[in-house]
Amino acid sequence: MPPDNADPAIFVAHGLTKVYRMGEVEVHALRGIDLTLNRGELVVLLGPSGSGKSTLLNILGGLDAPTGGEVRYLDHMLTGASEAELTRFRREHVGFVFQFYNLIPSLTARENVAAVTEIAAAPMRPEDALGLVGLGNRLDHFPAQLSGGEQQRVAIARAVAKNPAVLLCDEPTGALDSATGVVVLEVLEKVNRELGTLTVLITHNAGIADMADRVIRLSDGMIADIHANPAKKAARELAW
Amino acid sequence: MKTLDRKLLRDLWHLRGQVLAIAAVIMGGVATMVMSLSTYDSLVTTRDRFYGEYRFAEVFATLKRAPETLTERLAALPGVEHLETRVRAGVKLEVAGFSDPITGLLLSLPDVGEAQLNRLHLKRGRTVQAWSTDEVVLSDTFADAHGFQPGDTLSAIINGRRKTLTVVGVAVSPEYVYQIAPGSMFPDFKRYGVLWMGRHALAAAYDMEGAFNQLSLTLARDAHEQDVIDRVDAVLADYGGTGAYGRENQFSNRFLSEELKQLKTMATIFSAIFLGVAAFLLNVVLSRLIALQRDQIAILKAFGYGYLAIGAHFVKLVLLMAVLGVAAGVALGGWFGQGLSNVYTETTFRFPYLDYRIDLRVILIALAVSCLAAVSGTLYSVVRAARLPPAEGMRPEMPATYRTTLVERIGLQRWFATPTRMILRHIGRRPLKSLLTVLGIACACGLMMVGNYQKGAIDFMVDVQFRQASREDLALTFIEPTSGRALHELAALPGVDFVEGFRDVPAILRFGHHHYRSAVFGIQPQGQLHRSLDHRLQPVALQPGGVVLTDHLATNILHVKPGDMLTVEVLEGSRPVRQVPVLGITKQYLGVSAYMQQDSLNALMREGSTVTGAYLALQPGAEAALYARLHERPRVLGMVANAAAIQSFYATIGEFILFYTLVSTLLAGAIGFGVVYNSARIALSERGRELASLRVLGFSRGEIAYILLGELALLTLVAIPVGFLVGVGLVGILVVAFQSELYRLPLILTPENYAMGASVVIVSALLSGLLLWRRLGRLDLVAVLKTRE
Ligand SMILES: Nc1ncnc2c1ncn2[C@@H]1O[C@H](COP(=O)(O)OP(=O)(O)OP(=O)(O)O)[C@@H](O)[C@H]1O
Ligand SMILES: [Mg+2]
Repeated sequence: MPPDNADPAIFVAHGLTKVYRMGEVEVHALRGIDLTLNRGELVVLLGPSGSGKSTLLNILGGLDAPTGGEVRYLDHMLTGASEAELTRFRREHVGFVFQFYNLIPSLTARENVAAVTEIAAAPMRPEDALGLVGLGNRLDHFPAQLSGGEQQRVAIARAVAKNPAVLLCDEPTGALDSATGVVVLEVLEKVNRELGTLTVLITHNAGIADMADRVIRLSDGMIADIHANPAKKAARELAW
Repeated sequence: MKTLDRKLLRDLWHLRGQVLAIAAVIMGGVATMVMSLSTYDSLVTTRDRFYGEYRFAEVFATLKRAPETLTERLAALPGVEHLETRVRAGVKLEVAGFSDPITGLLLSLPDVGEAQLNRLHLKRGRTVQAWSTDEVVLSDTFADAHGFQPGDTLSAIINGRRKTLTVVGVAVSPEYVYQIAPGSMFPDFKRYGVLWMGRHALAAAYDMEGAFNQLSLTLARDAHEQDVIDRVDAVLADYGGTGAYGRENQFSNRFLSEELKQLKTMATIFSAIFLGVAAFLLNVVLSRLIALQRDQIAILKAFGYGYLAIGAHFVKLVLLMAVLGVAAGVALGGWFGQGLSNVYTETTFRFPYLDYRIDLRVILIALAVSCLAAVSGTLYSVVRAARLPPAEGMRPEMPATYRTTLVERIGLQRWFATPTRMILRHIGRRPLKSLLTVLGIACACGLMMVGNYQKGAIDFMVDVQFRQASREDLALTFIEPTSGRALHELAALPGVDFVEGFRDVPAILRFGHHHYRSAVFGIQPQGQLHRSLDHRLQPVALQPGGVVLTDHLATNILHVKPGDMLTVEVLEGSRPVRQVPVLGITKQYLGVSAYMQQDSLNALMREGSTVTGAYLALQPGAEAALYARLHERPRVLGMVANAAAIQSFYATIGEFILFYTLVSTLLAGAIGFGVVYNSARIALSERGRELASLRVLGFSRGEIAYILLGELALLTLVAIPVGFLVGVGLVGILVVAFQSELYRLPLILTPENYAMGASVVIVSALLSGLLLWRRLGRLDLVAVLKTRE
């Protein structure tokens, strides 16, 4: 758990750039991002396709290294960290939710969560985490026996079960219809509210931005705009 | 280039590690086949050409003595095309600086002109001059073994008289492609030699002037061999003929044929086993590889490609791999085949040249089998994948109806952490696939055991033959049947511990329409040196009044069982024909024999105590002095030292088999690695996404490696005992297929065989594990999040 004192900043990024070199062609996915993300916030990342949202999220989550600039997580420098340090960072502090769920097909819902809690320091019980996403009665079902929305909720349970300081979600509703999407968003909202987890949520859907504390817009690898959203709505009230 | 073809090349490049491993599997199978069959084909072609060009005779006869005037009568017999007579003499040879006994065979060459039959191929020097008295041509094996060059001399004891001979040439003869001293079992180039000498000179030394004691002939067109043999026998009956015989009973040719038959069996069986296993593995590996492409197949189908186009695409992919493997296999097999043929002609058979060739048919069979295995494995998977509606195909292979495994259902799951449970579930989810993987690895293990089996078997055979059955230090033969009293003189010689006499009688054994030309051996009933063994390899006492036959001779050649009456047609003296009961069966791995008590055999021959040779046990260190004394005795013709026999066995047949073993072990190793590596790589492809997801969730490389490699390790461990069974089965096939007059392989697997089988699998698994470990370090974590599979 992050310390409760003065500095609310969890992630601080300075001048982040990411260049993909493919032979002669260079793709500038990020062109200098300065950003601070604070404890307990729910931040929505918006932007057109290819604007660099996933790239940024992956760098924050320690899945990818920037070409230039630096990122700090609390007092850990992520840029320049070794593979083993990044693995530990992910294991101890980050929960991921992906567009395609990425559940392990050979494990039941309970076991998918347990796979993560077994290696975490102070996790919830897998049953509690699944209860939190409303799947307390589907504990022993395999992914193939669950709908897409249910699978995504298992993925969220898996992400939150280790009580991470950060929850990073890349288009968690991308593969779902709006009603199911709302259910998933409600879960994220609840986790953010009840556990105080910094939640970063990528979406293409401007409507979803209404549930955020802050909305960040990316465009062509740069931050086009950051604004706070004082009129924060509950997920239930969203529609798209 | 069509887009699909570009995909093909890119896939090949992307899969290059696996492509090479698959090619290695095919290569191993094809190389074994090409090596074995090309060696066989080459030797047969070479033999036929040699026999033809040097006019190898078709019927042979030896006799005591007949006047040269008889030649015309014999040559005029119906069915005879060309006939030549010769003088042949068994001699003892002395080579300066070599103290072991050497047996020699001196054959006459015409004094004028060249022989028309059984002509010599001169490798060095010249042939003997007309009317020369001391010039000889040596067989090349003997000359090479002692380093003789034209101009060197050696001595021969002919009829008890020492004669100095001058070497003028070194030659190869179609009659002596395979040279074995009478009474020994293997070629020994140092201790046995064939020599050719002018007829006049030899006849003078051997008291055969104006006479001959050997003849060979070729058959006229349409002549029936047996008729000619009968006519020749009728003429020679009054001259001590011991029965004319055709090529099939000519010593060198008979051994050569047996060896070639053996080689053919070995070539066929090994090829079938290796290629069969390689084809099976290819089929399994490719069907799994293609199954991985099911999403691509679904997408192609969704685009509107038909079955045929999709099938053709993947068939092209695997055919490229198969052709690559076959090409490598043919090249490597050809190289090994040439080496093997050379080992053969250097250690066992002497030909003036070697026509090495790879039959196109062999290559075509290899290509056909490999391609068939590859294509069928591929099409199976393609059809399976293409049958699905595209929408379903694009989803990850489902319905992943994972079930809790049996272990878990009986409540053991709390002993397993999640990763272990993932291993068990993954195996349990596709039991057939896991089974095939286990079978594939087991086959590799079994192949290794087969490739490696013969060495232990040979050691075992040598042990049984020379340390349990024939335990004498020295076997010697007399110039002619001799009174048993001669044994007392031998026993009195210094350095001789113990003597056992034997009587051997050349004979045709007949039962029903089966017959076999060999000899009956009269040995001592409670022999200490030469013993007959029962099926448990325990020495058994011979009973009086009947014969005991080697199991192979009784069961597979004569088809007799104990209690039957065997007809023995004796081929010497008055050539009596007798009925003798079969008393029992004896176990023997090398050669075949018929044994009787010496007394019973003497009685059968209506003779008093008579021996033709003796087995001797010597005091250590006394050999050299004793050899010298025996050498001086005119009645002692040949001597075979046991230690030398073992040595020469290892130097000839042994060397060939060890070469074969080494090569097939290497190829089995290549196949083994190919299979294990492929199984591991395919497992990685199947589970890469899952593993990368786990990495994203914070699992370390070691933890995901445990999941992947743990499965490989588990399957490998299960496969090893299964592999042992496969190995025993394959060796069993080999043993049954390999029975011949020359030898029968014992079903003996040594701990080393098992160890080799297990280690090829374990080493391959470790190596594959290492390669996978490196790959796990390069898993693209971001990519798996962007795609849905
Ligand atoms: N592995 C890669 N190699 C080359 N270019 C890449 C790679 N990954 C991403 N890019 C490029 O980087 C840019 C940013 O990609 P990113 O995935 O961050 O976009 P995004 O904002 O998440 O888009 P979307 O909303 O479509 O998911 C894109 O132009 C993309 O083409
Ligand atoms: Mg994205």
